[in-house]
Amino acid sequence: MQNNNSVWQFFSSVRLALFTLSLIAITSIIGTVIPQNEAGEFYVQNFGPITARFFGVLDIPDMYRSWWFLALLFLLAFNLVICSIDRFPSVWKQIKTDGLAYSEERLAKMANSHSWQHNCSAADTADLLEEKLLNKGWKLSSRPHDDARLVFSQKGNWTRVGVYVVHTSILVIFLGAIIGSLAGFKGSVLIPETKQRDRIFLYGSAEAKELGFGVRCNSFGIEFYPNGMPKEYTSSLTIVENGKDILTRKIEVNDPLSYHGITFYQSSYEAYQDFIITVKVPASGKQQVFVVPFQQQKSWEDEGLKFGIINAKAIGQSIVSAKLWFSDGSAAPQLEWIEDGAQLTVETERGKYLVSAKQMYATGLQVAHDPGVWWVYIGCGLMLFGLYVAFFMSHRRLWLYISPAGTGSQVLFAGSANKNRPGFERQFGELKEMLCSE
Amino acid sequence: MDSSQLLGITTFTYLFASFLYIGVLVFRNNKLGSIATGFTAIALLIQTIGLVLRWIESYRLGFGHAPFTNMYESVVFFAWMIIIIYLGIEWKFKTRTIGAFAVPISFLAMSYASFAPLDRGINPLVPALQSNWLLAHVVTCFVGYAAFAIAAALGIMYLAKSSAPAPAADKGSKEVLPSLRVLDDMIHKSMIFGFIWLSGGIITGAIWANSAWGTYWSWDPKETWSLITWFVYAITLHARYTRGIHGKTIAWLSLIGFIAVIFTYYGVNFLLSGLHSYGSN
Repeated sequence: MQNNNSVWQFFSSVRLALFTLSLIAITSIIGTVIPQNEAGEFYVQNFGPITARFFGVLDIPDMYRSWWFLALLFLLAFNLVICSIDRFPSVWKQIKTDGLAYSEERLAKMANSHSWQHNCSAADTADLLEEKLLNKGWKLSSRPHDDARLVFSQKGNWTRVGVYVVHTSILVIFLGAIIGSLAGFKGSVLIPETKQRDRIFLYGSAEAKELGFGVRCNSFGIEFYPNGMPKEYTSSLTIVENGKDILTRKIEVNDPLSYHGITFYQSSYEAYQDFIITVKVPASGKQQVFVVPFQQQKSWEDEGLKFGIINAKAIGQSIVSAKLWFSDGSAAPQLEWIEDGAQLTVETERGKYLVSAKQMYATGLQVAHDPGVWWVYIGCGLMLFGLYVAFFMSHRRLWLYISPAGTGSQVLFAGSANKNRPGFERQFGELKEMLCSE
Repeated sequence: MDSSQLLGITTFTYLFASFLYIGVLVFRNNKLGSIATGFTAIALLIQTIGLVLRWIESYRLGFGHAPFTNMYESVVFFAWMIIIIYLGIEWKFKTRTIGAFAVPISFLAMSYASFAPLDRGINPLVPALQSNWLLAHVVTCFVGYAAFAIAAALGIMYLAKSSAPAPAADKGSKEVLPSLRVLDDMIHKSMIFGFIWLSGGIITGAIWANSAWGTYWSWDPKETWSLITWFVYAITLHARYTRGIHGKTIAWLSLIGFIAVIFTYYGVNFLLSGLHSYGSN
């Protein structure tokens, strides 16, 4: 688009792109040095009240979402669009150029050109050379020029769009990010074991959001390596819809659960002072789960059982083993240490019971719904493809101009490439050798 | 023999190879060049065996993971990647003089890995790192970093050559360094190669972050600095393609870009805090 409007020229200029990119790069540093999204007092304490107020005006505590940073990103996107609209038509013209419209004089002036004599007639020479090029995978078109013949072949004319694919990919990623921030949400929820939650809390606000279904945490567990490092955090989650269990799955860090486009990520946990005691009566096959606060007695009325945890050993916040107090009324209460999560068989005169006790945890889940993420991924794929095309593929063109000369013929071989010229020079040389040889 | 002994031997072999390459540069001796290449290849082989052995050792310890999970391992991998890319360039461009600038970077990286107060133990992975994306993310990033290191080495060569007085013609000596035009072209090629891999590294990181935390981009310092680095090279490439800027300016930009790389890779872990703190020990 030939547009001499100075505003248009400004917004389509590479100079503006370089300026915007530099400004984004330089201002981005601020947010890596000044901690982001802290409470207001943090900035007052660390930087003084005046600087903190200045930060407030410029949204420094949340700079990547500030008006001025978003404006810079918008300027970059706008510049990309205008610059691409501005340049694309001429690139398209180059893609569509008729190689057969070139004159002999123009071909002779090309950086890669070579001419030689042939004994055969022009027509025979042309047929011979055309076949040689075809064998090398160059598709040809030709046109008679008086009694001479012009042959043209090209590869990779479409690769000229590579850089525009990259520009488009950046816009697609931006689009994905905008869709995500408008139509998506991010939040978190803490679900104690055995409990169900139907709402989550959104980030950046105290607002609760209804999920439209429930999530129950059946259990949460931490595994450790022998050296004490955490090995895995695992939650067993059940999706509950209209009072029915829809699906149950274990999630881990790096292995989330998705339901109706909402994804639950294992992100944290909280340890309670309470215990989860599971009691099974093998005789009747009955089993029940109880939440029992530390050092409090709980009873299972139907079975006439009473139990509790009277002592516990912990490393940090994690209970290693607990002392179980258990009574079915038939004899003196039983007292026994059991490892966290292990099962114990209690035998009394009245019968046999399987009892397990574990510390109660709540699982901390990150919850995200991002309908824009696929756009982002498509943009990323496009970007890699576009970069590859833009950097490593080129538009290569070859011409043969064969004219009669005396009893034989005169051959002019020319070629050009828009990128990687040394590489093309080599290829041109090889083709020249092949064509010249008898 | 265990992996740490092999990696120790590698360090000294790279030192020796560095001297040989510098010898090639100073004495202009081609025979010395083949020996330098030979030693570098041997060191690379020893290092490769060391890395594989370390991988196997981690399985023996009962957790098994690719050896890219702390600062020590990543520096060793960085050095390894530089040599691979360097040998590729040496083979493709048929010139050995770059070795005097590239191999020492590998030696410095290896000696930092071997002697700095870093944890050199093989540790199990914390839950956040247990993902198949670990391999893809680290490999893509480090191919990019290594290519940028080479570009910086070439940038130094360019600046050295362009500021040195023209060699006396009467000596009839061969040109030791490639011509400025060739150097400029090589800087550009290393940069575009690195740029594509850095883009891949940022993308794999984003996909991984999304599968671990549900956010593909959170403006964490590591992410932000990788983007800043990406911008520096994007600016350089645009300046070259559309404004025809080349030569000294590009050579300087290759150094500025590499400073951004080093800060992204190393500085962020030690100077700034964030999600990406695995590498700081």
